[in-house]
Amino acid sequence: MEEHYKHLYEALSQVDGYIYPNEIDLHWGLMIVLYPYITGLVAGAFILASLERVFNVKVLKPTYGLALLTALSFLLVATLPLVSHLRHPLRAYEILMTPNPTSAMAIFGFVYLWYLMVVLLLEIWFDYRLDFVLWSKKSTGFKKFFYRTITLGINDTDKKSAKLDDKLGYFITLIGIPSAFLLHGYVGFIFGSIKANPWWSTVLMPVIFLFSAMVSGIALVMVIYMVVSWFRKVEIDMPCLDTIAKYLFYILIIDFTLESLDQIHRIYEAEESFDIIKVLVSGKLNITLLIMQVLLGTIIPLIVIGIFQVYKPDEKIRKFSYFFVGILVLIGIFFMRWNVVIGGQLFSKSLSGFTSFKAVYSGLEGYVMAAVWLIVPLLILTFLLWLMPPWKKVTTHE
Amino acid sequence: MGTERKVNNRRKFFQTSAALVGGTLLYALIKPFEALAQPKEEEIKTDQANLALWGMGVDLEKCIGCGKCAEACKIENKVPKEPFYFRTWVEQYTVKNDGTVKIESPNGGIGGLKQSVPDEEIFKSFMVPKLCNHCTKAPCVQACPVGATYISPDGVVLVDETYCIGCSYCIQACPYGARFMNPITKVADKCTFCYHRISEGLQPACVEVCPTDARIFGDLRDKESDLVKFLQVNPTQVLKPHLNTHSRVFYNALSSEVK
Ligand code: SF4
Ligand code: SF4
Repeated sequence: MEEHYKHLYEALSQVDGYIYPNEIDLHWGLMIVLYPYITGLVAGAFILASLERVFNVKVLKPTYGLALLTALSFLLVATLPLVSHLRHPLRAYEILMTPNPTSAMAIFGFVYLWYLMVVLLLEIWFDYRLDFVLWSKKSTGFKKFFYRTITLGINDTDKKSAKLDDKLGYFITLIGIPSAFLLHGYVGFIFGSIKANPWWSTVLMPVIFLFSAMVSGIALVMVIYMVVSWFRKVEIDMPCLDTIAKYLFYILIIDFTLESLDQIHRIYEAEESFDIIKVLVSGKLNITLLIMQVLLGTIIPLIVIGIFQVYKPDEKIRKFSYFFVGILVLIGIFFMRWNVVIGGQLFSKSLSGFTSFKAVYSGLEGYVMAAVWLIVPLLILTFLLWLMPPWKKVTTHE
Repeated sequence: MGTERKVNNRRKFFQTSAALVGGTLLYALIKPFEALAQPKEEEIKTDQANLALWGMGVDLEKCIGCGKCAEACKIENKVPKEPFYFRTWVEQYTVKNDGTVKIESPNGGIGGLKQSVPDEEIFKSFMVPKLCNHCTKAPCVQACPVGATYISPDGVVLVDETYCIGCSYCIQACPYGARFMNPITKVADKCTFCYHRISEGLQPACVEVCPTDARIFGDLRDKESDLVKFLQVNPTQVLKPHLNTHSRVFYNALSSEVK
């Protein structure tokens, strides 16, 4: 507590202009930046997988399983930063027990569960069931035990049942696309519906969140696909990689357009809050917004992949550039979340002043913990790839 | 034959999982209505219209910025004394000759506000006490995921300390900065109009200590109350009316500089 007070006194000395006294304590920190970031990665990775399956983009096949497992690994972690930031984390279950129907945050719990249980787990299960059965015959120890349990006793291996799996899996992917849209659009709504905060309150927020989610998820799968291929010492499928990059390019354009539209709208309407937002963008947020999000996270990737659309250099250069661009986009979208969550709290609702944000290293809300929440999903993914490697699958859907 | 077994197998799987998922969802759906099924031991005795509807008037012409109200509130409600936690505070507005506005509220005005701008630069200056506006359409109540913050039947916005999960969403949703996260109880905290006092027929602490009677507390439904009279004779205004919160704290002589 003393530490916290010390921190607040420091913030108090850095206040610029006037802020309401209760606003010195910033309530949402790094954990709430991570929450939309991670959920976005999930939604994006899933949508990439669905592209292949529903829209029949065959070249993307090498990344289908990988994208699904990536989505699952991140989804399992998605709510943890949120829960850990609660002052009473042990009461978190009340969100599901007595949800307040008018609260955007309350409904998120159900959207999340729906997505995890009904969409992702079922889709993966149908995709893998037959493989589980076949693998269980060949393996020993923990793997055998896992494969046998997870089939839930449905051990048929004939063509007909494989076909049924495929059909049901397809059907679930169909439900999955709007669900993924819902999942992340909803996260945008949590911010977009706060009329008290002019930086958040825009109808475009859910849409912007959705497209930036797709951008980040696609970039993530692209990077993971390359890394996994290097580890497995297999050739990267270049047509596949080129196609992912192409999607990344188009969706990034849409995302950038939407965000620019939002800003242009603000500038043109120049409402009461505009004066302070102008200072926010050019001052407190200039590095994270203009440099990290716009320049590094958007413009440079757009230029690089844009060039590749008309002129294709050597494979090696392309591979390196895609990797580099993927990382840049991931950083850019992280800062997009940062600019929304932290940026929205840096100015006072009195529209007359600014406070500052200083993240700490240690503690539940610190950088170290944030890094942990980003590394844990990667560990889960490694484990899942060991347990159910998509490249060892005997069956693939039509 | 083989097909039949398979179908059954599958049907069984679907049935079990559907039952599990459905059961969980159903439980979560029914839970909020549990209260309805229970015998109504505590039937509300009075008809809604016989209850008070609490509100407050603030007469800015009378406020001298002594900060007694903010101080009394902290003592009465055990608000941490650090200068980051206030259920009520007083702001000092100074409009300078060049048109710029300076707003200050060091330590929420506790200890009295002092003018920091030299006299010759001042165009006008005034004090504005602030508190939770007990909004009729309260954004904080709308946002709370678990319903821990609610409006009492007599119109006071309250937080159930045993229920709040400490997510701070209500703090983000309040346009007036009226809420804070209590570092000791770790739940959202705010002005209650001194609910423990008004239920006993007393005045809120801030109203009681105000030396100039700048705060007028009362029942908006009681046509004889001081508050209703105050609203009758003064042109009053609420804060941030464009946000449509239907606030129940009314200001007399509110200047347009106030945010
Ligand atoms: S002033 Fe803020 S805390 Fe009070 S009722 Fe309105 S929104 Fe809620
Ligand atoms: S902090 Fe407490 S009162 Fe506020 S929204 Fe969260 S649960 Fe509700």
